[in-house]
Amino acid sequence: MSVPMPEINLVPLLPEIVIALAAMGLLLAGAWRDKESGGTLAGYGAMAAILLAAVITWIGADVKMGETFGGMFIADPFAAFMKMLMYAGALFPILMAWDTLHRLEMRTLEYFVLILFALLGGMIMASSGDFLTLYLGLELMSLSIYVLAGYRRDDALANEAGLKYFVLGSLASGLFLYGVSLIYGGTGGITFTAVQEAMGAGGTTHLGTRLGVVLVAAGMAFKIAAAPFHMWSPDVYEGSATPVTAFMSALPKIAGFAAIYRVLPGAFASLHEQWGVILQFLSVVSLAVGALAAIPQTNIKRMLAYSSVGHVGYALIGLVPGSVLGYRAVMVYLAIYLFMNMGTFALILVLGRDGIGESIQDYRGLAHKRPVLAAIMALLMFSMAGIPPLAGFIGKLHIFMAAVNAGHVGLALVGVLASAVAAFYYLRIVKILYFEQPEAAFQMPVGGFSGLVIAVSALLVLVWGVQPGRLLAWVEWSVTPFM
Amino acid sequence: MSAVGLHHYLILGAMLFVVGLFGIFLNRKNVIIILMSIELILLAVNINFVAFSKYLGDATGQIFTFFVMAVAAAEAAIGLALLVAFFRTRATIDVEEIDSLKG
Repeated sequence: MSVPMPEINLVPLLPEIVIALAAMGLLLAGAWRDKESGGTLAGYGAMAAILLAAVITWIGADVKMGETFGGMFIADPFAAFMKMLMYAGALFPILMAWDTLHRLEMRTLEYFVLILFALLGGMIMASSGDFLTLYLGLELMSLSIYVLAGYRRDDALANEAGLKYFVLGSLASGLFLYGVSLIYGGTGGITFTAVQEAMGAGGTTHLGTRLGVVLVAAGMAFKIAAAPFHMWSPDVYEGSATPVTAFMSALPKIAGFAAIYRVLPGAFASLHEQWGVILQFLSVVSLAVGALAAIPQTNIKRMLAYSSVGHVGYALIGLVPGSVLGYRAVMVYLAIYLFMNMGTFALILVLGRDGIGESIQDYRGLAHKRPVLAAIMALLMFSMAGIPPLAGFIGKLHIFMAAVNAGHVGLALVGVLASAVAAFYYLRIVKILYFEQPEAAFQMPVGGFSGLVIAVSALLVLVWGVQPGRLLAWVEWSVTPFM
Repeated sequence: MSAVGLHHYLILGAMLFVVGLFGIFLNRKNVIIILMSIELILLAVNINFVAFSKYLGDATGQIFTFFVMAVAAAEAAIGLALLVAFFRTRATIDVEEIDSLKG
C-alpha cells in the first residue's frame, strides 16, 4: 500500500525552525562551557534567536503565506500576529529579569532553553491546523513551563508550584485529549477543516461529539486560567520565581487564546450556540473571581494572578458573539494586556531587590523616593483598571462594543460592573504608592535591560491609549482568516 | 451476538477515564497515585483512538496514539522529576502536605 505524501514546504515553518535549532544548539553548546558563561551565552543566544524569528515572521507576514504538511500547519496573518505577541512575551521576561536571574542564580543554560521550547510550543499552537499539531504544541509549551515553575529546586515553594501546575495541567491535557478522541470518533477527522465540514454537513451532531467539544473547551480554559479552571494560577504565580511568573502570565495565555481561535470559530464553527454559552459562563465566572478574589490578597503576585483571571474574563466576552468585531477586540485586548503585564512585572523585578517586592505593603511611599518608577506603576495600574486615556480602556471599550453590537448587553454590563469592583484593588496600589510614608530606602538601581522593558511597556500603554490607530490597523489585517 | 464491538472499547475507555479522574480527586494520600491516574486517563484516550480508528477504517487515530504515548513518557519523566525535587525539600509526598501556597 502506498501512502501519498503531502507536499512539504518548509518556508512557512522558518520561524519555528529558527527557535527549535537555537534551543537545541544552545543546549549542545552549553556542554562545552561552565555554568556561568554557558548561561550568559544561552541568554544572548535566546534573545538573538527570538529577534531573528520575529524579523522572519514580520517579513513573511507580507510575503506569500500558506499551509504546509497537508494543512496541519498554517502560517496566516493571524498566526503572525499571535507569534509577534509571543516573541514579546518571551523576550521581555528575559530582558527584564537579566539582573534578577543572575542574583537568583537562575541565569543558567537550561532556563533560556526551556523558555525557547515553551515559545516554540506556543508558536506551534498558534499555527496548528489539526488537533495533533495543537496537542503537541500545547504539551511542548506546558511541559517546559512545569519545569520552569519548579526551576529553583532548593526552594520548597517553587517545588510545590511546579508540582501543582504539573498535576492540574496534566489533568487538563487529559480532558482535552479525551475530548479530541470523541470528536475524532464523531467526525472521522482531526484536521480543523475536516471536523468543521463533518459537523456542518451532519447538522445533528452526536451527543458524544458535543461532550468532546465541552471537554476540549474545558482543557483550553484551564490553559488560559479562566475561572472555574483557575485554581492553580494564584499558587503557581506566587510559588514560582518572579521572572518565571512574568513569563507564564503572558505566553501560555496568548497561545491558549490562539488555540481557542483555531478550534472554536474554526473547527467547531457550526456549534457556535453551544460554545458561545460555555464561553459566556467562563467569562462571567472569571470576571467575578478576578474582581472579588483579588481584593483580600496581600501578595502582589497573587493579586496579579487574580487580576489575570479577570482579564481573561474580559477577553472571553469578545469571543462570545462569534463576530469579526469580537475577534478583533480580543486581539487588541491581548496585545494591550501583554504590555501592561510585562511593565508591571518589570517594575516588581526592579523593586524586588533588598527584600522588597512580594508583599503589596512593601511598596509603601515609593513615590516619595522614586517618583518616576511610582508614576509608571500608577500608570500601569490605571491602565489595568481601564481608565481613559490609557490603553487598558481602549481594550475594554472594544470588547464591550463587540458584545453590545451582538446584543449581549447583559454580558457587557457584568464586565463594566466587574471593572468597577476591580478598580478598587488597582487604585489601592496607587494609594499605597503615593499616600503612605516610605519605610524602605528604595535605592535599587534600574538595569539597562529592565529600564528598556519598563520604558517600552509604559510608552505603548500611553500611545495605544491615545492613538490606537496603528494597533487597530494591524489587528484589522491579522483577523482576515476569520472573515 | 457476543462479538466485541466499538462500544465495548468505548465503555472500557470511559471507565478508565473515570477511574483516572476519581484517582486524582478522591486520592488524599500519595502523589504517585495521581501520576498513575494521569497515565490511566491517557490510556483511556489511546483506547478510544484505536477503537475509533479501527471502526472508521482510518489510520489517523492510531498515529495519534503513538504521539500520545511519546508525550505521556515525557510527561511521566517530568512529573517524577518534580516529585523528587519536592521530596528533597519537604521529605513528604503526601497530598495533604502540599499546602504551603494558599489564600
